[in-house]
Amino acid sequence: MSDKVLYVMYDDDEVLKNSAKQLVAKGVKISEVFSPFPIHGIDPIIGVKNTRLGIMAFLYGLTGLTLATVGMRFFMIVDWPMNIGGKPNFSYLENMLAFVPITFEFTVMCAAHGMAITYLLRNKTLPGMPAQNPDPRTTDDKFVMEIRLSENHKVTEAELDGMLQEIGYLELDKKEIK
Amino acid sequence: MEFQITKKAKNVAFGLMGFGALLTIIGVALTASDHHFLTRFLASGLISGFFFFALGLGALFFLSLKYATETGWYAAVKRVIEAVAGFLPVGMIVLGVVLLVITLADGAHIYSWMDPEVKAHDEVVRHKAAYLNPIFFWIRTLVYFTTYYLFYRGFRNRSLEEDKVGGTEIHFKNYRRGAHFLIFFAVFSSTSAWDWIMSIDVHWFSTLFGWYTFAGMWCSTMVVLVLTTLYLKTLGYLPNVNDSHIHDLGKWTFATSFLWSYMWFSQFMLIWYANIGEEVVYFQLRIAEFKYLYFGMFIINFAFPMLILMSRDAKRNAGILVFVGLMILTGHWLDVYIMISAGALGANATIGALEIGMALLMAGVFIFVVLRNLTKAPLTPVNHPFLDESNHHEI
Repeated sequence: MSDKVLYVMYDDDEVLKNSAKQLVAKGVKISEVFSPFPIHGIDPIIGVKNTRLGIMAFLYGLTGLTLATVGMRFFMIVDWPMNIGGKPNFSYLENMLAFVPITFEFTVMCAAHGMAITYLLRNKTLPGMPAQNPDPRTTDDKFVMEIRLSENHKVTEAELDGMLQEIGYLELDKKEIK
Repeated sequence: MEFQITKKAKNVAFGLMGFGALLTIIGVALTASDHHFLTRFLASGLISGFFFFALGLGALFFLSLKYATETGWYAAVKRVIEAVAGFLPVGMIVLGVVLLVITLADGAHIYSWMDPEVKAHDEVVRHKAAYLNPIFFWIRTLVYFTTYYLFYRGFRNRSLEEDKVGGTEIHFKNYRRGAHFLIFFAVFSSTSAWDWIMSIDVHWFSTLFGWYTFAGMWCSTMVVLVLTTLYLKTLGYLPNVNDSHIHDLGKWTFATSFLWSYMWFSQFMLIWYANIGEEVVYFQLRIAEFKYLYFGMFIINFAFPMLILMSRDAKRNAGILVFVGLMILTGHWLDVYIMISAGALGANATIGALEIGMALLMAGVFIFVVLRNLTKAPLTPVNHPFLDESNHHEI
């Protein structure tokens, strides 16, 4: 399905926020904003949902906790009971304290790595993946708003152009996607 | 907006004081014939005296931390922190009186190193006498009290003056004084914990003990700040305090709970692993005699905040915060109880009418003093340089 994308550029985050507000008030859906830094307060304006990364972090942490417990119980108690510091490992529970630091570290490691990899995958920004920002200047000092016509059935392209003329912008770039 | 103590709050505070006093009298009547009576009575006073003093001290520390780091978000709740820190003078008087009576009673088996007879027969105590003797103990105690009081007066006076004159001069003075206080507090928080609490188990020592006590103090203070802020919000005060401020205070509660748990575990695990006779006695007694209380206290203070306060929504929910807060506050009182009572009375320590009565009595005094402090100044600082930032705080 063919689609047309409008890239509206600004040179100030506050200006972008203002025009985004006006556009959203007129029923336009803004699909993405590209910016050199996180813009505070842009999420509720363009309707980005709260991230669910935290839930994933918890699940990864839980995985780490379980793996560490099962692993250490097998290595240190079942397979080869070790006697460290006069504390023979006959039961996991009685030696639990010694395993806590490793369990903690492994939980943190799984949560952190899982979260980072999930984040990169979800954003399609794994190393080597093609860049998605429409203009390299958005990594420097420019801010770009992305509006897709396929997501805006209520307004025509001409109407959208009119609105943008009225609100103002720095540069407007249009792109056909096949 | 000026704060007025409601009749209901006054009734609750005085009710707690009255009920606590009644329970204390019942407790005295029940245990007066016991030959441990004096020790138990004074230990009970020390527990609640120290616990509530520590709430005020924690608030003073938190305030100076905010000054020293030039934090912006807290400006809207600054008066709450000041009001809690304003309990310090009362807390110092109570703690000072308890310590004085203990000293006059030759340690009353709480500070056994104060007892000349123990000193004569106990070689360990004799070796520690250069540091642990009543005169030096009182010099140190007075130095702590004076320092804390002077810094508190300074912060409070400058804060009230800032309301009148504005500008940034007072802000930068607070910034410097905040940093100064942190330097003093870094040393005093450890040494005062050694003096007042660790010296009860006079043969035992742990370098982590000061931080451990401090972490518990900080966590309890954060709970009190959350509860006070929420209470003022429900009455319709503090209009500029939004969900984000509550969220931040909730985060501090969550984080300091972890700090405390981390300290508890570090101290426990190192001693458990090394398994040296002189060190393990501390935990041996507590596990042998108070197994459920000791580990129960740890679970309350660790698992409750961890599991319940982990999500973002929970830290913005007043009901959850109050519930967890009251649990943690009880948990930290139990922590202080086990630190002091188990050391002073050994296996004979129990929680009875005496301990609970004194805690409620002090809680009543604490609530009344904090609320009265809140009435003395506008609830929102007028000219704090970061007030605007704080009013628009959003996370």
